Amino acid sequence: MPFYVSPEQAMKDKADYARKGIARGRNSVVVAYDEGILFVAPNPSSALHKVSEIYDRIAFAAVGRYNEYENLRVAGVRFADTRGYQYAREDVTARGLANWYAQVLGSIFTESNKPYEVELVVAEVGDSPAGDQMYRITFDGSVADEHGFVAMGGQAEQVAGVLKERYSTGMSIEAALGAAIAALSGQGNGERAEINASQLEVAVLARGRVHRTFRRIRGARLEELLSQAQQGGKAAGGKAATGAADGAGEDAAGEPPPGHGTAP
Amino acid sequence: MGADYLGGQFTAACLSVGTSSFADFLATSAPDLLPGARGVGGQVPRDLPHGTTIVAMEFAGGVIMAGDRRSTAGNFIAQRDIEKVFRSDDFSCVGISGVAGIGLELVRLFQLELEHYEKLEGRTLSLEGKANRLAAFVRGNLGGAMQGLVVVPLFAGYDEDTGNGRIFSYDVAGGRYDERKFHGIGSGSVFARGALKKLYTDGMSESDAVTACMQALYDAADDDSATGGPDLTRQIYPVVAVVTEDGFRRLTDEQAGEYAEAVVGERMQSPGGPIAPLRQTST
Repeated sequence: MPFYVSPEQAMKDKADYARKGIARGRNSVVVAYDEGILFVAPNPSSALHKVSEIYDRIAFAAVGRYNEYENLRVAGVRFADTRGYQYAREDVTARGLANWYAQVLGSIFTESNKPYEVELVVAEVGDSPAGDQMYRITFDGSVADEHGFVAMGGQAEQVAGVLKERYSTGMSIEAALGAAIAALSGQGNGERAEINASQLEVAVLARGRVHRTFRRIRGARLEELLSQAQQGGKAAGGKAATGAADGAGEDAAGEPPPGHGTAP
Repeated sequence: MGADYLGGQFTAACLSVGTSSFADFLATSAPDLLPGARGVGGQVPRDLPHGTTIVAMEFAGGVIMAGDRRSTAGNFIAQRDIEKVFRSDDFSCVGISGVAGIGLELVRLFQLELEHYEKLEGRTLSLEGKANRLAAFVRGNLGGAMQGLVVVPLFAGYDEDTGNGRIFSYDVAGGRYDERKFHGIGSGSVFARGALKKLYTDGMSESDAVTACMQALYDAADDDSATGGPDLTRQIYPVVAVVTEDGFRRLTDEQAGEYAEAVVGERMQSPGGPIAPLRQTST
């Protein structure tokens, strides 16, 4: 080991290390739709989650090293519950949480030997689409305010490019899911992507739900939604129409049914 | 205080591997947010808001819990419409008797405890687990209880494994007791339990069970000044919670009002309530 490493070099080495670690994993996407925010992550495991609930209207998505982002998820839930308990439930915001994550990740990046190889998105569903918020926090504590959609992980630019083509404000959940899958499978030309429900982790923050808005979509429900989304993708071609034009099905199927909380 | 609280020690606690219990987490990271952790030295103020009747009853689909709306401070009515029965999570409810302020804090913490566990672990606690956590909270308040800040809850829920409702009662030392059929707590519980004893049968329908609870609360209010009866002039009725396989549901004011007005209407003819037969006739 050299006696002296310049700070720039040390930081650059850490940053490269973290980026490489994150790039090893698969990309995930977050897309806003008319009735909430959709999270799609390739995940063959049904027990270990990349997308999770933090609070009533706030969810957490991550890529990178599982034990590290799982640690951050637990910390985020504790932070949110404590703040909500200390003040009131309405006082817990994604912005506050994102800033806190930025501080935490920033300290870890600077002070510890090994940075966390993680990239996080914290999202909050608003009372209207204009109130939806998405924040991306990277391994070194940088926060970015995102709009409409976020691509996370190694090939983020490519994935974001596909999303940008297919995204439109106020799209239906089927259209959003179709765009997400197309982006994740690297095909932007409306071809049917070879992805099935068992390989995906899909969740939403559904605007209309009372109290806790987070809901996982899986099993038969996910398969139904996937088939509708993929039909829509075939019809739409490259450019996104707003969901209705695709014949991708009415929102009745897309709307998560009211009822119980997130008990999986 | 306030946002500054969330400093280094708290952050470190958030990131540490540890418990899924919110109360235990607060104990290590922010102990003064816990109810009862604030030391009460010296004289406890007299005339803190107090008093209650809460009843719970099993029926064919699950369990009902109902509570009156009065809180008293000495001889004054401190609040006419206080709510003492709460949803603790999708399949359970909790009612509190004793000092209102401490009780409400306890409920709030308990609700958060259950939700916190579910978010961290990805599953809900078993009904037994929830009952045990509540017992631990009551035990934690023993110091306050000995100084007069008593809180005793009543806990009921739908057990998804057995498909039945279950009722749990507590004592100030944190003892937890399974109750069968029905139970009541609070200053008026003596009268309420007597009424329920005569009204209860196994496998009642929901509307019969709610009516029985309304009758019991009416009888409690009739004989205990710290329990309030239905206030028809202001339309303040007992809070009635129903927990079944479909989850927790609280009757709306309109629905509770219908039951309350039916009970009061009959009392106009028979002030003591429905007359029980002197002997059990063979069925």
